[in-house]
Amino acid sequence: MPAPSAARSARRWLRTATPPSLLIAAGLALWQLVVTADSINPQLLPGPWLIVRSTWDDRADIWPAIGVTTEEAVLGMAVAVVVAVLIAVSIDSFRSVRGSFYPVIVASQTVPIIALAPLVLVWWGFGLLPKIVLVALFSFFPITVGLVQGLGSADPDAINLLRTMRAGRWQLLTRVKLPNALPQFFTGLKISVTYAYSAAIVAEFVGGMQGLGVYMTEAIHNAPVRMDLVLGAVFVIALLTIALFALVGVIERLATPWRARS
Amino acid sequence: MSAGPVLKPGPLLEAGQAATLAVHGVAKRFPAGEGEVVALESVDLFAGAGEFVSLIGPSGCGKSTLFNVVAGLARPSAGEVLINGVDLDDRLGASAYMPQHDALLGWRRVLDNVVLPLELAGTGRKEARRQAVPMLERFGLGEFAQAWPWQLSGGMRQRAAFLRTVIAGHPLMLLDEPFGALDGITRADLQEWLSKVWAEFGATVLLVTHDITEAVFLSDRVYVMTPRPGRVASVLEVDLPRPRRLCQREDEVFQALEARLRHQLAMAMASSFEPAHL
Repeated sequence: MPAPSAARSARRWLRTATPPSLLIAAGLALWQLVVTADSINPQLLPGPWLIVRSTWDDRADIWPAIGVTTEEAVLGMAVAVVVAVLIAVSIDSFRSVRGSFYPVIVASQTVPIIALAPLVLVWWGFGLLPKIVLVALFSFFPITVGLVQGLGSADPDAINLLRTMRAGRWQLLTRVKLPNALPQFFTGLKISVTYAYSAAIVAEFVGGMQGLGVYMTEAIHNAPVRMDLVLGAVFVIALLTIALFALVGVIERLATPWRARS
Repeated sequence: MSAGPVLKPGPLLEAGQAATLAVHGVAKRFPAGEGEVVALESVDLFAGAGEFVSLIGPSGCGKSTLFNVVAGLARPSAGEVLINGVDLDDRLGASAYMPQHDALLGWRRVLDNVVLPLELAGTGRKEARRQAVPMLERFGLGEFAQAWPWQLSGGMRQRAAFLRTVIAGHPLMLLDEPFGALDGITRADLQEWLSKVWAEFGATVLLVTHDITEAVFLSDRVYVMTPRPGRVASVLEVDLPRPRRLCQREDEVFQALEARLRHQLAMAMASSFEPAHL
């Protein structure tokens, strides 16, 4: 079977990853150059090297913050996935739900979720729960839409075929509709996952006791301002988001092995 | 009406049995705007146990509608469908259905596509696979058991879809233009192959086709249908000896049958231009 060898997929990965990495490296180098040459006040704009060094030196503080925010982001995504599956399956199964719920869910996306953050805090306090709720609110929509489309686009021939084998609703769902929806589900999930950390941090800004958002707030309110640590946290968040995105990619590959072609 | 054992819905019959199929006055009308479209006017046909019967007609003659009615996917507006003499209220599962496009599930390996009917009927996947492996070998798909459907050629996909149709041992099989999407050479090969395999399995087959040669080559009897509204215009009995070979197509007898069927089909087409129905 033409399963791509590990070496070949590693080479392909290298080929796709190299150009953007080079671009980022060039940008950072330019940044460093400008900061050093013009001797800009590091309190206003520290260079990348200083940011990395300071963040590394502060690792004892930022490490637990990473843990807290990651927990919020990942649990929020998990809730979003569960909610999206429930909504999408009921939209697909019941015409009445499709007619009433779907438009409302689409319309709900016009509500500025950031503006809801203080409300969520009032209702659920300053702990883990409101963060999970906000992350889930931010991320469930693309997953739901992907799933609804994927469930609805199942081949009618395949569905009829399974009906002639006396397949019930549950069997149609698990044997045809859900597998058929997986690619679109993962497309939605990949979009959502890029919101997860940002949503968690916004929630922490508004009312958190710990986490990367709190870490950033403290660095800003420090006297003197620790711009290097603020930007260090931004770097860390970007890297964490990339890592989460990559993780979803790996899960997608494992969950949809039939799409390994070319 | 006592033609063999009474069928229960569901693939409960033992392999190797063949069923009789009798369609009496089946009509199918669909509402369309103010009025209705008559897809089938009144169709009568019969397939004895172990017979290979074909339906031929131009597109839009309601062949697929009739198939859906026989398979239990659609209810007839009038008439009855008797399988082994019984008009079941729910016919789903009483026959094995092979759709026009193979409808192999892209997310299942070939072996797991083939065992689907067994799995849905409650056989464990492991046991179903164990039963299917030797069948795959027989169907020339042994090496491809673990392949994904997209890795197969068109002919292999059809063989896999056909194996999925026969694996549950249904006494009645409905094949909806199984070779319609294939190139001529592959199609001829598969026709000969199907003829051979069918002789081994011995099920009753109802085949929909629009290919005159295919109909004559495979069938014991061919029903010619008129375009919309569909009804049976004429019947051709094909009493060529079996097993049949591809080279027999060159025989005079075979070609005479083809010519007759072509003529019958032309008559059926012409008859539909009369404003007999509105």
